[in-house]
This record gives sequence, structure tokens and C-alpha cells, in this order.
Amino acid sequence: MDFLIFQAPILIVQASLDGILLGILFALIAYGMALQWGVMNIINIAQGDLVILGGYIAYSMYLAGIHPGWGVIVSPIVMFFVGWGLYKLVINKVVDRDLFISILATFGIAIVFQQLMNFIFGADVVVAQSEYGTTMLFDNSVTLPNSKIFSAFISLLYAVVLVIYMKKSKLGRAIRATAQNARAAKILGVDTEKVYAATFGINAALCGVAGALIAITFTLHPYVGLPYTVRSFMIVIVAGLGNLPAVAISGMGLGVFEEFADYILGTEFRIGSVFMLLVFILVYRRFKLSRKREYLK
Amino acid sequence: MKQKDLILYASLITLGLAAPFIFPAFKVQLTILCILIVLAMTWNLQGGEMGYNSFGNILFYGLGMYLCASIQVGMFFPLAEWTESGGEKTFEHTTTQFFQGMGFGLLVAAVIPTIVAGLIGYSILGLRGHYFAICTLGLGIAAGEIAGGIEIIGAGQGFTTPPFPKDIVDPEARGEFFYFLSFVLLILTFIFVKWIYGSRFKLILNAIRDNEDKAEAMGIQTMKYKIVGWMVSAFFCGLAGGIMGGLIGYIDSTDVAFDGREMGVFMVLMAILGGKGTLWGPVIGATLFHFLKEGFWTFILGWQYVALGILIVVIVIYFPEGLMGWLREKYPNRFGEVIDEKDRKAQVELK
Repeated sequence: MDFLIFQAPILIVQASLDGILLGILFALIAYGMALQWGVMNIINIAQGDLVILGGYIAYSMYLAGIHPGWGVIVSPIVMFFVGWGLYKLVINKVVDRDLFISILATFGIAIVFQQLMNFIFGADVVVAQSEYGTTMLFDNSVTLPNSKIFSAFISLLYAVVLVIYMKKSKLGRAIRATAQNARAAKILGVDTEKVYAATFGINAALCGVAGALIAITFTLHPYVGLPYTVRSFMIVIVAGLGNLPAVAISGMGLGVFEEFADYILGTEFRIGSVFMLLVFILVYRRFKLSRKREYLK
Repeated sequence: MKQKDLILYASLITLGLAAPFIFPAFKVQLTILCILIVLAMTWNLQGGEMGYNSFGNILFYGLGMYLCASIQVGMFFPLAEWTESGGEKTFEHTTTQFFQGMGFGLLVAAVIPTIVAGLIGYSILGLRGHYFAICTLGLGIAAGEIAGGIEIIGAGQGFTTPPFPKDIVDPEARGEFFYFLSFVLLILTFIFVKWIYGSRFKLILNAIRDNEDKAEAMGIQTMKYKIVGWMVSAFFCGLAGGIMGGLIGYIDSTDVAFDGREMGVFMVLMAILGGKGTLWGPVIGATLFHFLKEGFWTFILGWQYVALGILIVVIVIYFPEGLMGWLREKYPNRFGEVIDEKDRKAQVELK
């Protein structure tokens, strides 16, 4: 325990800003999760590993001498096809089945992804240097890497583009129709199979963007996918499916919580505190609902 | 008990007793097999029978492992010094101390996880379906991360459990001791689970699985039974963890004890592979899984996790009912099910 943060108010500003910028990124991943959960009714444990894979795409561009910032355009395109292929290979067999089956099946996918990334990119912690420099605020007492500001900006941009796309385009309408009632959509001529594949592809593309941003702002390692899955799951259960402002706000809340936990409990408990928060949120919701004799389902 | 059953059990026990002498090179593998069967059977009790698919039984397993080792060391030597500076070099357990510590440690390793399960059960078991699954997954991994930050049990650098006493010179003794310990645990678990299968308790668990609201409406206090079911699992998981810690000889917070990414998923998988909700399913599933897994680790080293991941996907997608479920589908008569042909045809036509 370390309460230094409360003795130096400037650290609170630092932690909050860091957390908010980080949280926007989490919200982007969570939005993808909400999309597939809402449309296809699956929970994807491999979400975090898709994120890390997207990050490695940006990292390999960096190794090839291209600025990793371009990863936010290349990575989603590649990841869209990865997601599409994954859907055709595995996911189409778990749609419409028990959620537990999708959890276990995607767990298997996550293991395969982790190991393949370990083979291809090695087990070292890597980072793609963006060399964007840093911004100093409040007499140089708060440091913000420009890459984090860049990542938050790009995340917002993608989120807005996606929302407009979902509202206006034909495919977006088809996706929303399928989410509301898959059977009715099928009767009215929507090719739901294609919609599902596209949804999973879009989700993977969002993961790709987030991964490319993580490659610039944080570090990559083949085995750190699961915390991202849990974070997005947490944001989705707090915000609900398909409520974008709520997703953004709870994402930022989670980011701030994490930064404060990092300062107060120490870095070694950071991931642990995320998982504990998940348990606490679920238990809190359970007790709140049980007063009305309802339960989470 | 029928004569056929008696012969089956007698031959299995004989095989189990003779196994370490027939295959002396595979003693450790056989020990792990016993532990895996115990884990799969107790997971099945609440995952298969109660319908609460938990990824969090690993919590009790890891807790048992740490508790058993800590008691075994802490009873005789200062625990902090042991974990800090490789205490196995400076302190040495005598033969009596080792076995006393092990016995008392296993007792604690069984009791404390059971109490923990009882305490958190009311909160966690109020969640249903996949929320329960994700919550327990979080619980198991959080426990690992937290244990990795606690100094007195070795934090990130791990915890060496007391080595087998040097006074016993027979080199086979260590393997045999752990094998028979886990074999006894396996037999006790099997007897207990079999007893549950013949009791009203199992029917209540099934009622909870099939429709919890209706079960409640029938006047069953579902929460009470759910907690008891989880406590049973926790009891045996804790014991299994304690034995496993001694066998491996080294406890790491995330890779050995709270190994939610591996052991936590394996127990689910073994039960599913054999067939959820059957007595023999988890036993067969665990045996098969252990063979497959060791095969991967031996023959395709390096690619073992890829093969394992693909195996998980294939099992879950194509065999969600498991081996026993498949057999049941194929030979329903042997499971005591009578199919009314007319009724079945009517059902097919309805579909």
C-alpha cells in the first residue's frame, strides 16, 4: 500500500489523464465485444489475443522500417480477413449454441493464437517506437506521451466512423436487424451467415486497430491477451450491449481505476485488481438484482 | 452390488495397486493421472450435475497447494526465511517431521478451501450461466496474480516444498508414497461421488441444472445445495492440490498453483471429453486426456499447445456430450433407456 498519490495532487491529475486515454482504447475493444455478443450471442475469450495479434502486425511493420503509426490502417484490414477466416473455420459452429460452448471453443482458439504468436514473434516483451515525443502540462509536472493522445484520437475516430457506418450503410442495417431478430431478418432476405461473418470480421478489425495502438503506446507479449478480454467483458456488462456512450464512459472509468490501483497497490497487483474488480462488479450486480428476485442472465 | 460390478471394482483396484510396480518408470505420470481424475470427478459434480460451469475450482486447488506446503514448513521452521533464501538448503525435515507436516498440511488444505467455498459461495453462486463461468475464471486468475505478489509465500520467485526426507534411502520410496497417497484420494473420491450418485442430493443438483426456478418453486432451498455442492468440490480440489504440490516440489503462483489457463480448463475439458453428468465419464475422459496430452508433449514438443488448443476446439464443437453421451446416443438400451419408436418418429416429424 502506498498513498503517495493522495499527498501529491498532481499525481491524481497524471493518473486520471493516463487512465482516460487508456480507457478510450479499452472502450474500442469492448465495443467489438458488445457487437459480436449482441449480434451472434457468443462470448469471445480470444478477443484479447486478436488485439495482441493486431499489435504484432503493427510491430512487424515497424521492424520492416515502416512507421508503426500506419498500423492503424493496415492492421484492421488484415485482421478483418483473419476474423472472417476464423468465423468460417470455427465460430460459425458455435453461433446459436450454449454460451458456455463458445467460451470454451474460443479459449481453445486463444491458446492456439498465443502459441503461434510465440513461435513467430518470440516470447520477449516488445514495443514499436513511434517517436511522437511527449507533451508536458502544468509546469512539466504532468507528462503525456503524444502516442497516447494519438491512440485516444484514433480510437474515437474509428468508433465514430463505425457508428455512422452501422446507422447508414446497408450492411450496418442488416447487422442491426439480425441482432434484433435473426429469424425475421432471414425471412426478409438478409443473408445472416454473411452478416455474422462480417460482424466477426469487423470485431477483429476493431481489435486490430486497438492492437496497433497498444503496440505504439504500451508493450506487447504473446501471453497478455486475457486481461484485455476481461476488461472488455467488464465494460460490456457494466454498460450493456449497444450503448456506445456508456461503453466509452465505463471504459474511461476502468482506465482510471487501473491507474489508481497501479499507484496505490503497486504494479504487481495491477492485473490482479482488474480481475478482482470483475468479480466485485458481478457480485454487486447479483445482489442488486436479487432484491427483486431476478438474476443476471 | 452386483457380481459384475464387484469384479470390475476388484480388478480396477488390483490394477491400481500393482501399477507402480508394473510401470515403475511412469509413477509420476500415474500419480498425476489419479489427481486429474479426482479433479475431473469433482468438477463434474457441479459442472455436469449442477450445471454451474466453473473455471474457478483451480482456486481451491492452488489454495490447497500453498496451504499444505506452508503448514509443512511453518510447523517446524520460520516460513519467511524458508521462502526468502531457499530454505531447503539450511533447514532439513526429519522423517517424522515430514510426514507429520504432510498429514497436518493436507488436513488444513482440505478444510480451509471448503470454508472459503462456503464463504464466497453465497455471492458467487447467485450468478448464473456464463456470468458464473466468467466470474470464476476471473477469481482463479486474480488469485494467481495476488499470490504472485505476497512475499511470505515466495511471491514471484516461487516456493520450494520440503524435499522428501533423506533418511529413507530407497530411491523408489518417494514416487510410491505420492502414488499411493493420490490413489487413496482417488478411491475415497470415487466412493464419495458414487454415494452421492445414489442419493437425493444428486437429484436436487439435477433439478437445479434442469430448471432452477422450478426447483425453487418446488420448495428446494437451491442456494443451500449449490453451496454444499461447491464445498464438496473444494474439499477434494484442496486435497488434490496439496498432494500435487508435494509431488512437483515447487510452487509457482501462476504456472503451478493457480494455473487457470491450463489446469483450470483441463478439468472442464476432461469432464466434457468423457461426458458431463455421468459417473464414469470424467474417469474415462481424464485418462484419455492424460494420454493425449502426454503424447503431445512427447511427440510434438514445441507444437503441444497448438495441438492442445485445436483439441479443445474439436472436443467442444463436435463432442459436447462427450464419450459417454455418444455411447448413450448409440446404445441407449445399455443405459437403461427405453425408446418408444412411435414417439421418436413423431418427434422427428415435429421438427
